[in-house]
Amino acid sequence: MPSPVIELLVNNHPGVMSHITGLFSRRAFNLEGILCGTVGTGEKSRMFLMVNEDKRLTQLIKELERLHDTLSVTLRNDIDHHIFDPLKVES
Amino acid sequence: MKKTGAQIIIELLERQGVKTVAGIPGGATLPLYDALGQSNIRHVLTRHEQGAGFIAQGMARVTGKAAVCLGTSGPGATNLLTAIADARLDSIPLVAITGQVPSSMIGTDAFQEVDTYGLTLPITKHNFLVRTTEELLRVIPEAFGIAESGRPGPVVVDVPKDVQMREIEFEAWPEPGGRTSPLSPEAGAVEQMARMIGEAKRPVLYIGGGITASDCCAELRKLARKNSLPVACTLMGLGTVSADNPLYLGMLGMHGSRSTNFVLEEADLLIGIGVRFDDRATGKLEEFCPNAAIIHVDIDKSEIDKLRPVNLAVAADAAKVVRRLVELVDDDERSQWMKRIAHLRTLHSEEIPEPENNAHPLNIIRAVADIADPDTIIATDVGQHQMWVAQSYPFRTPRTLLTSGGLGTMGFGMPAAIGAALAQPGKRVVCFSGDGSILMNIQELATMADHNLPVTVIILNNGHLGLVRQQQELFFGNRITASKFTTTPDFAALALAFGVRGVSLAGTNDPRTALAEAMTGNGPCIVDAPIDYAENVFPMVPPGAANRDMIGGEANA
Ligand SMILES: Cc1ncc(C[n+]2csc(CCOP(=O)(O)OP(=O)(O)O)c2C)c(N)n1
Repeated sequence: MPSPVIELLVNNHPGVMSHITGLFSRRAFNLEGILCGTVGTGEKSRMFLMVNEDKRLTQLIKELERLHDTLSVTLRNDIDHHIFDPLKVES
Repeated sequence: MKKTGAQIIIELLERQGVKTVAGIPGGATLPLYDALGQSNIRHVLTRHEQGAGFIAQGMARVTGKAAVCLGTSGPGATNLLTAIADARLDSIPLVAITGQVPSSMIGTDAFQEVDTYGLTLPITKHNFLVRTTEELLRVIPEAFGIAESGRPGPVVVDVPKDVQMREIEFEAWPEPGGRTSPLSPEAGAVEQMARMIGEAKRPVLYIGGGITASDCCAELRKLARKNSLPVACTLMGLGTVSADNPLYLGMLGMHGSRSTNFVLEEADLLIGIGVRFDDRATGKLEEFCPNAAIIHVDIDKSEIDKLRPVNLAVAADAAKVVRRLVELVDDDERSQWMKRIAHLRTLHSEEIPEPENNAHPLNIIRAVADIADPDTIIATDVGQHQMWVAQSYPFRTPRTLLTSGGLGTMGFGMPAAIGAALAQPGKRVVCFSGDGSILMNIQELATMADHNLPVTVIILNNGHLGLVRQQQELFFGNRITASKFTTTPDFAALALAFGVRGVSLAGTNDPRTALAEAMTGNGPCIVDAPIDYAENVFPMVPPGAANRDMIGGEANA
């Protein structure tokens, strides 16, 4: 089973990342991969968070949705994990 | 129009209808305070920012509208944190505006710089670090909108000094922010609820602060009456249903009524509305209402299924659900269930103190209830006294109990009572405190004196951090560590030192008259009421145990 990936569409401003990662860190829940970039003209960002399967994910997703700057959240099992490959290179 | 950021903030507050704010000025809020000085908003100067935060909470808890507190950068902001976190856990609408060092100095460890945004991130509903003066026109109304909409909560707006000082030209004022139209239940959900209630033999309503927040107490009472649904309240739900309502079961949970916890054991349907299955209410979760199907109604869908899987989830505004439900449920007398409940109540009746024992905390609380108007606002601090008030004060109307439920913050009581007195001019407010809690925000006696507010603070004085001592006695072999005070101040003299009336009930043989005097006349009054230190709050569910495993407090034991 590939690791699940949470896809988020969020408002793009300096505090958003902290709001999102805060929900994970308070639970001592590790993020295995983070990929993030602006969408279109830069008002919004898309994020891919690779996580391990965990029974707390359902709750986390609801709390991600509750954040004021979150526009959408999708839990995806169909993301090609090669998108995270460049992160794995040891240097 | 041409205005500075500070003028924009203050004028937007005026346009929001804000009449009173509380705070302490400092370097990073000088422009803001200069603008405040030119407006007709009343500023309540506190003696500690935590006091300002709880005064704002007091105003918000009484009115249901977002109230405002102000703090300067650095220590001003860190001093506000506890009150903000407290507002988050009890879903209280609050807008905290903090000064920040000038934008160009952020990140340099400038004088009085602290990362307010980072610090308040996990304790707010939302927070803003304002980057330009223009943004204020959007952010301030939005802050109020967020604080009051859906599940209410605190919002922090951190404003760098240069953003406050810069003057901008703009065309028009934005609309004030406010409550957005609340979430409606999904089609069929309320019908399904009504069906489940119709089929249930032993249903119980389990209600909390969400009923007050969505302003549907009257409808809830109607619902309970129509279908004969007994009502168990959380600490935050007290007052929703009048204490003398025959369907009222009392508080559930750790220090709930014995019979309430036993009624819940037998329930076959639990209808939770505006509650969050807090551990103090449920006890050991897996054994809470073991025989019941569960319906959970909450405006915040992340509360549903968070702790206890439910049979029916209704993510919607409580008022919308309850109003519809009243129409759908049948008239029902439920005579068998009512008989069973009456039986459980006699079987597990509460221990009542000897009426002549004037120094018993429950008797003092009863005496105050007899003297006070029925809709008097009661604030509490945190500890045994708080639980005694919750158990025995006959609350009759919503928003009459102001208490720190979720965070359990000692020091909450007196400033919250000040806020209530400011929000409800001319009416006396009573605060029950402990000799531990009162000292955590004692400096606000000065604020109370400044405004000569009709607040009576009754200190149930046991010379201990009573609730801690109780747990050490019960669960740590009576080893009393750091919960007995070596000295206690003379509280009546302390009040006098602040220019406030102070009385001690020690040695009075007529405490009722002394209490009545303390609750009449002008201005504040502090009452030192000595009680027996060994008195415990019973019943008590040991932390982690099931609610049925209560210790103490049986009348028939
Ligand atoms: C700010 C804060 N610190 C510590 C505690 C832990 N605590 C809970 S109750 C309590 C004792 C409160 O003592 P007091 O105000 O005298 O009330 P009593 O229990 O004696 O009625 C303490 C220390 C707390 N709730 N809040």
